[in-house]
This record gives sequence, C-alpha cells and structure tokens, in this order.
Amino acid sequence: MENLIHRYRNVTILVAVLFAQILGLAVQVKRTSENQSTRLIRVWTTDAITPLERGTVLLHLGVRDLWRNYLNLRGVREENRQLKQQVQQLRIEQTRLSEDAEQAHRLQALLGFKEQFISQTVAAQVIGTSGSEQSRSVYIDKGSRDGLKPDMAVITADGVVGKVLRVFASSSQVLLINDQTSGVGAILEKSRLQGVLRGTVNGQVVLEKVMSDEPVQPGEKVLTSGGDQIFPKGLVVGTVTKVAPGSELFLKIQVRPAADLTRLEEVLVVTQVEEKAPELVASGPPMRASDILAQRLPSVPDKPAEPAKTPVGQTPGPQPVAEVTAHAAGSTPSPATPQLKPASGTTLPPPTKPAATKPSTPTQTPRAPKKPPPAQPDVGLGLQLEPTAPGEPPQ
Amino acid sequence: MPITYTSNEQIEVYRFSAPAAIAIPLFALAVQAFVPRWLPFFNIFDLPLLIVIFFALARRSQVAGLLTGAVIGLLQDSLTIHPLGLYGISKTVVGYGASSLGVKLDVENAGSRFLVTLFFYVVHEFVYFLIARGLVRLTVQWSWWHELGSALANAIVAVALFAFLDRFKQRA
Repeated sequence: MENLIHRYRNVTILVAVLFAQILGLAVQVKRTSENQSTRLIRVWTTDAITPLERGTVLLHLGVRDLWRNYLNLRGVREENRQLKQQVQQLRIEQTRLSEDAEQAHRLQALLGFKEQFISQTVAAQVIGTSGSEQSRSVYIDKGSRDGLKPDMAVITADGVVGKVLRVFASSSQVLLINDQTSGVGAILEKSRLQGVLRGTVNGQVVLEKVMSDEPVQPGEKVLTSGGDQIFPKGLVVGTVTKVAPGSELFLKIQVRPAADLTRLEEVLVVTQVEEKAPELVASGPPMRASDILAQRLPSVPDKPAEPAKTPVGQTPGPQPVAEVTAHAAGSTPSPATPQLKPASGTTLPPPTKPAATKPSTPTQTPRAPKKPPPAQPDVGLGLQLEPTAPGEPPQ
Repeated sequence: MPITYTSNEQIEVYRFSAPAAIAIPLFALAVQAFVPRWLPFFNIFDLPLLIVIFFALARRSQVAGLLTGAVIGLLQDSLTIHPLGLYGISKTVVGYGASSLGVKLDVENAGSRFLVTLFFYVVHEFVYFLIARGLVRLTVQWSWWHELGSALANAIVAVALFAFLDRFKQRA
C-alpha cells in the first residue's frame, strides 16, 4: 500500500488539489453572497497588485500632463478661439433648453412626479482591468475609505459605465455594462419602450425584452429607466446600432455604449441619489391660467396698461439657471444631470384682477370676472386644480 | 552539478530564488491587469499561464508544477468577477502537464518551447471552457480560429519571455 501511494504520489496530489478547488468552486456557486475566505484572497491579491498599477498610472499622468501643459502647446490659440465660439453657441442653446426643462418641471409637479437627482459623486481613476476576456471589469483607485459601497452607479460624462461590484479599502472593482453578468434597466428615448440591457460573451451590449410590436430605428438613444434601483433615471447608455427579430416576441437590439468602455480613464461614482419633487418658485398670490393667458394676449381690451416687461420673443416667467448642488469635500459634481433651479427674484407678475377659472376655449380669454372658486390646492404655477380623490391623477 | 536522469537523457533541474518566485508571478499578474487598460487586444495574452509553463518546465517537478499553477491561477481568479477556481483548476492541470513533459523532453530550445506553449495554451482554454460551462454555467464561446490565433500569439511571446526569464534560473 505504501508503495502504491508512493508510486502514485504526484497523481494523488494532483487529484487532491483539483478536488479541493472543484469543491470550493461548487460552494461559491451555491452561495449567493461572497464568503469571507474568498473575499480575503481577493483583498490580498488586490492589495498586492494595485499599488503597482496606481504608481504606473500616476507616472503616466505626470508625464502626460507635463507634455500637454508645458511642452506641446501648438494650436492652443486656435483651439481657444474655437472653444469660445462653441461656448457662445452653447449659451444660446442652454437658454432654450432651460425653458423647456422648467416647463417639464412644472408639469411633473402637477402630476406629482418625483425626480431622481445625482446629488453627490466621487471622481475615480481607472487603474486596471481584470485582465481576462471572460470578465469585463475594471479597478478604480477609490474604495470604502472614500465612501464607496457595492451597487453604486459608475458613469462618465458620456454615459453609463457600470456598477461597483466589490469594494476594498482603497480600490474597487467595477462591473462594466458589457459583461454578460450585468443588467441595466433601460428605456428607448423616442419610443419609450423598456427593456433590459445586457452584455454578451464577445463584449457587445444588447437590449433585451423589448416587444417587437413597435418599430425601433437605429440611431435612437437608450437611457436608463431607473427600474433597477441602481442607475438614476435618464442617464445616457448608448445608441441603437442594429435591430433584428429575436426569440419569441422580442426584438434583438444591439447598442453601442455611449462611454468608451475599452479606454476608460476617469469615472464618476454616484454615491448619493436624492428623490424629490421638482422645486417650483411661486411667490405672491396664486395666478389662474386665465390670468396668464390674459397677460400674454395683446388683444384683450380690458387689461390695464401694464406692459409686459419681457423683451420680444421671451416668455415671461422664471428663467432657470443650471445650478449644481453642493458636494462633499473631495467629491465632484456630476455633469450628467445638473439640477435646474429657477433664478431667484424672477417670479410671475401678480394678477391685476380676478378672472374666470376656466376659459371656454383655449384661444378665448375671459372677458368678465367671475366669483373665484373655493380654496383649492395651489401647485406653484398659479394654476388651481379641481380636487381629486386620493390616488386619482389630477384633471 | 545535480542532474536527473530520464530515458538516458541528461536533464537539468532548476530552482528559483524566493524573491524571483514571488515577484515574477505578481509582476505578470499586474501587467496582465494593467496593460489591457491601454491596449484592449492584450487580453488575448495570458502572461500568468506563460509563467506557470516556464516554472513547470524549469523545475521539472510535477508537484511543484501543479502547486505553482494552482496558486497563480487562484490569484488570477481573484482579479476577475467569477468564482475562484476557474483559472486555478486550468492552470493546475497545465502545471502538472508541463512539468511531466519537461521531464521527458528537452524544452530548452526555442522550437520546443514554442510548441509546448502552443499545445498547453489550447489545453488551458479547453479545461477553462469545460469548467465554465459545466460547473459555473457561464456562457462561453469556443472558436477554433480565435483559440489557435491566441495560442500562436502566446507561443511567440513565450519564446522571448522564456529567454529573458532564463536569467533568473539557478541550477538545483
């Protein structure tokens, strides 16, 4: 027997080592949460590897910044001129968009919607990858010391990147959206069809569970739906590149991620998301819709001679300005969803006289004052609504 | 000079200093994790696997080979999102096989190193594929063209890498 064991000693050790690993693998697969022993190995490996990667990244950034900021300044003057022009164009566009956004806020408030705001982010540097084709994840240089926790959303200015999978003391592992084990609740921007965004084996991103009864065109943007409770609603995920009939009644939609997942450098980790109703400023007495109409229509004969103070082509009312909320020390504001708040001191002018609650037609303005209805909920814009039953949407 | 004899052929057995035995695998893991950030195509290379093959061929001990493969494989697993053991089992098999082959063949020249790496890369991928599909139920695709191309690329790198790593070998 001893001779037998001695003769097959190497094979016996091989079988024992393989058996131990298969057993460990089976235990890990069966358990839903990660146990302490496997976590320890990951912590040790990460602690051994990341300092080297962190040092290399810092060295690279130092050399790059030196080259870009001090040595290679060719074409900077021309670039500066182009950027100034771009800023002017963007300012004009911002004015238009902020009016639209303010209107959307008012409507959301009317309907009792709650919005999700990214209120705090932490900027992080990508320092490494998993180094495997089968595992699409990256390591960032921020960890639990910086307030990171598992399942936090990771984004860039371009779009969604992934979510925090494992958190170590000074680094974290981020699961990219093109990994086959990831899933993001997504919605198509125009058709408003919802689906689940998944990665494929070869690193592509597809939108699944979209019914084939509505047409989806390539080029349409894909946004986060907020249904996964990880990614705030409305973040850009990517663009539809190919639509094909899939299995059963679902479409197979191929999506090109908005963020370049193969060349990530800096990312933002969303550490805090607030959910609240849109803020509206409405100081002064409430206005009725008819009053607003009466002010805006110049043909009303019985209005007082109080000229509109707004220039031609500009709608009276609060002018919102993009305002980024306060951030904790070390955190950075997210460029993804700046909060729009009305500028202070810009409120609707007070009504000059009572008017009818409901005009007969949208184009007609009330001519004679009527008795105002009993007190009704003021929704901030000045519109007074009919009381509704609990749970019933406002009319 | 300690020499082991197998099939009437003189085969030298090498050992490595402790710093080299620890630093080389860690450095390979770091490079494997770091470089794809800049060069995504680098993922087709498997530097930890090449290190396992190199150590196994040089030491020519089956137990040392399989243990080296198991440790490096588990460390590589810990950098991925998957359960520990996928790379561990694959590299254990490769470490055992490479050291077994090293006892019987002359693997000191570039040609044999190229062929051995080519062969064991495919073995490694095949074992990984079996475990990923059979035990962990991962969706893994097998493409002969991709595997053979990767094996070829790894074998070419292995020839240069092994020549460099020969400097760290010490005669046992």
